[in-house]
Amino acid sequence: MTTETIQFRVYRYNPEKDAKPYMQDIAVEIDSTDRKLLDALVKLKVKDDTLSFRRSCREGVCGSDAMNINGKNGLACLTDVRDLKQPIELRPLPGLPVIRDLIVDMTQFFKQYHSIKPYVVNNSPAPERERLQSPEDRKELDGLYECILCACCSTSCPSFWWNPDKFVGPAGLLAAYRFIADTRDEATNERLDNLEDPYRLFRCHTIMNCVDVCPKGLNPTRAIGKIKDLMVKRAV
Amino acid sequence: MSIPVRHFDAVIVGAGGAGLRAALQLSEAGLKTAVITKVFPTRSHTVAAQGGVSASLGNSEQDHWHWHMYDTVKGSDWLGDQDAIEFMCREAPKVVVELEHFGMPFDRNADGTIYQRPFGGHMSNFGEKPVRRACAAADRTGHAMLHALYQRNVRANTQFFVEWMALDLIRDEDGAVQGVVAMEMETSEVVVFQAKATLFATGGAGRIYASSTNAFINTGDGLGMASRAGIPLEDMEFWQFHPTGVAGAGVLITEGVRGEGGILRNAAGERFMERYAPNAKDLASRDVVSRAMVTEINEGRGCGPNKDHVLLDITHLDPEVIMSKLPGIREISIKFAGVDPIKAPIPVVPTCHYQMGGIPTNFKGEVTLSTTDNHSSIVKGFYAAGECACASVHGANRLGTNSLLDLLVFGKSSGNSMIEFIKTQPAELPELSMGDVERSLARVARLDNQKNGTDVHEARSAMQRVMQTHCGVFRFKDMLAKGVEEILKVEQMVKTTEIGDKSKVFNTARIEALELENLIEVAKATMISANARTESRGAHVRDDAIDCEATPNGRDDQNWLKHTLWHRDGNKLEYKPVNLTPLSVDTIALKTRSY
Repeated sequence: MTTETIQFRVYRYNPEKDAKPYMQDIAVEIDSTDRKLLDALVKLKVKDDTLSFRRSCREGVCGSDAMNINGKNGLACLTDVRDLKQPIELRPLPGLPVIRDLIVDMTQFFKQYHSIKPYVVNNSPAPERERLQSPEDRKELDGLYECILCACCSTSCPSFWWNPDKFVGPAGLLAAYRFIADTRDEATNERLDNLEDPYRLFRCHTIMNCVDVCPKGLNPTRAIGKIKDLMVKRAV
Repeated sequence: MSIPVRHFDAVIVGAGGAGLRAALQLSEAGLKTAVITKVFPTRSHTVAAQGGVSASLGNSEQDHWHWHMYDTVKGSDWLGDQDAIEFMCREAPKVVVELEHFGMPFDRNADGTIYQRPFGGHMSNFGEKPVRRACAAADRTGHAMLHALYQRNVRANTQFFVEWMALDLIRDEDGAVQGVVAMEMETSEVVVFQAKATLFATGGAGRIYASSTNAFINTGDGLGMASRAGIPLEDMEFWQFHPTGVAGAGVLITEGVRGEGGILRNAAGERFMERYAPNAKDLASRDVVSRAMVTEINEGRGCGPNKDHVLLDITHLDPEVIMSKLPGIREISIKFAGVDPIKAPIPVVPTCHYQMGGIPTNFKGEVTLSTTDNHSSIVKGFYAAGECACASVHGANRLGTNSLLDLLVFGKSSGNSMIEFIKTQPAELPELSMGDVERSLARVARLDNQKNGTDVHEARSAMQRVMQTHCGVFRFKDMLAKGVEEILKVEQMVKTTEIGDKSKVFNTARIEALELENLIEVAKATMISANARTESRGAHVRDDAIDCEATPNGRDDQNWLKHTLWHRDGNKLEYKPVNLTPLSVDTIALKTRSY
């Protein structure tokens, strides 16, 4: 089997022993069957078991292995390692507290997701069978429900960096619009009230980093725009 | 020994489909419930399920739960318990409609009802012809379902302990379950979660094999914990190899691709399934299709320079259908196989996918030690649901989409059983039994203090190699016997694993070492159970099981129509009869299986 060497520069920080974070230069041999950045990281961990990162499904659907790769947020499992400029510089997702190495504390991110009431609200008595929804109405949810909560978007957003406690962020707002757009949901007004605030929604300045980094090809900016339109419509 | 103890009515280990569905029952009943999970709930492996969840809704054509039941019994090669299978198939329409009410974004038919697609082994009128029974959200059904269930739990204010790993089950002197010992990953703090009722919903253990569709986290933690606590594991020789894993990468390509019209082809371009399953063809049961593929490859008709895979062809489908019904598959194919399936076929190979066996339960989710078919000898306070449990609805081979259904039906039923049980218990929790707690702490201490030990990666790779080589799609008498020897050698390596990372802060090396201690129990159970079962049934097919009139396809109902129970203690095997008595309908009589 042919092997090749990949050079890394990795952000390291263990609060137990490091006074401050540092960048570590480290190389690893990969096989021809190792295609993705995650494959190389798994090999790196065999070499040094103190290197810490999250991972699970390794196919881009669980959202665990989001990190900052050569300056851009992405999923290690979906990134072709050979396409990356070396040394590959890996850092934790920006703007969130670092627990250790590439592992960040996502509490604030999930708090914002929870703040938009991420569930269908429908207080009408449930019918015996499914609530009907036309294929056209269902199509409105495409590009919204596929979010994997990896946080690539929110942690690439300057507005979220400055105000993670006040600005819902692109992931949360995408989810908010997912429920507004669902014909089965009856709480559009309450949802708009919940976002009518100088920060929660309106801190989005359409910088569009979120669109640029989303590993699932989703477009939070468009969803945010639609919420803003609804706000305007409601006001007139 | 001082260790913090937290008190709950119920503790659930695992926040995939089964754990979340159960949590919903308990939270909505107002019970104090803790859900312990190694990963944030939406990262659980349910998220990776693609094709659908089965229910005889009959939205596109006539269907009936009894037909679904027949297909499931036949799919199980008659090893499934018919009481549990009837229960599951009858409940299916109810739990799927409920899921829709929770907000699940199912695809829709023109009349607004839930979209259903054909799937392997789903037939109408007791095996006559394919029927549309798989309720789908594009090819992201598991993702949509897991998120909908998590969202509903947010609404119900369920209390989650995220990135906590359960270490061991706690049983008192009489064997009743008192809760679990668990470790917070961020701090390495070990805490006892004491509860009146404990549910394991810890998922599968596909990582015992070198090549698997499973996530890294699928390490059989519940099975390891149960077996260490003296609970046997049932039918562990039965592992499903999914026909279509991406060759080389292992990533899953849903059977829904064939449901939408995909065709498997060999190097000659031949639709070879016509020879193996003239009626169902590419939509035969998974064990049948996987064996056909391996036979094609073994006989030199494989594709590629090494003739080591076959091709899944959807180039004849309308690109619109691919974009709307199979968008995730297209993405996976481009990213992991380097081909756009609109233009070129996808290289695929059978890949370890699902564990049919597990912790023995009845259809109420109660864990049972029974060796009769009446499910007596319930372990007080202990429940299991989902892939870690064996009810048994999947028997020797699971039908596609019955896994997501299993999570919903048995997550809910075990939640309900727990609610009933908790009502009968005194308000005060009994005194905590410290024996298992101390054994658990000693296990962690052993790992932390090990010197001159075995490398975790080395031991894990050895296990995965042994399983892959000795216990794959086709099994051989001599290889299995040798496999037992080999896996017991690996067990010795696992007993002395050593980690370099001793930190208390988010120590993933320690977690991986502890996971390996669970995986090895599953690997032993699998190899030893497989070695002992000298027939072919469902996913377990041996070279020395003779295909003759008395034992068609090598299936020996005379001697082997029974469940295996593997005990960790002494690797002892026991057997119990299959339950052939459904709840309300007639027994689905034994028959030779063909598609």
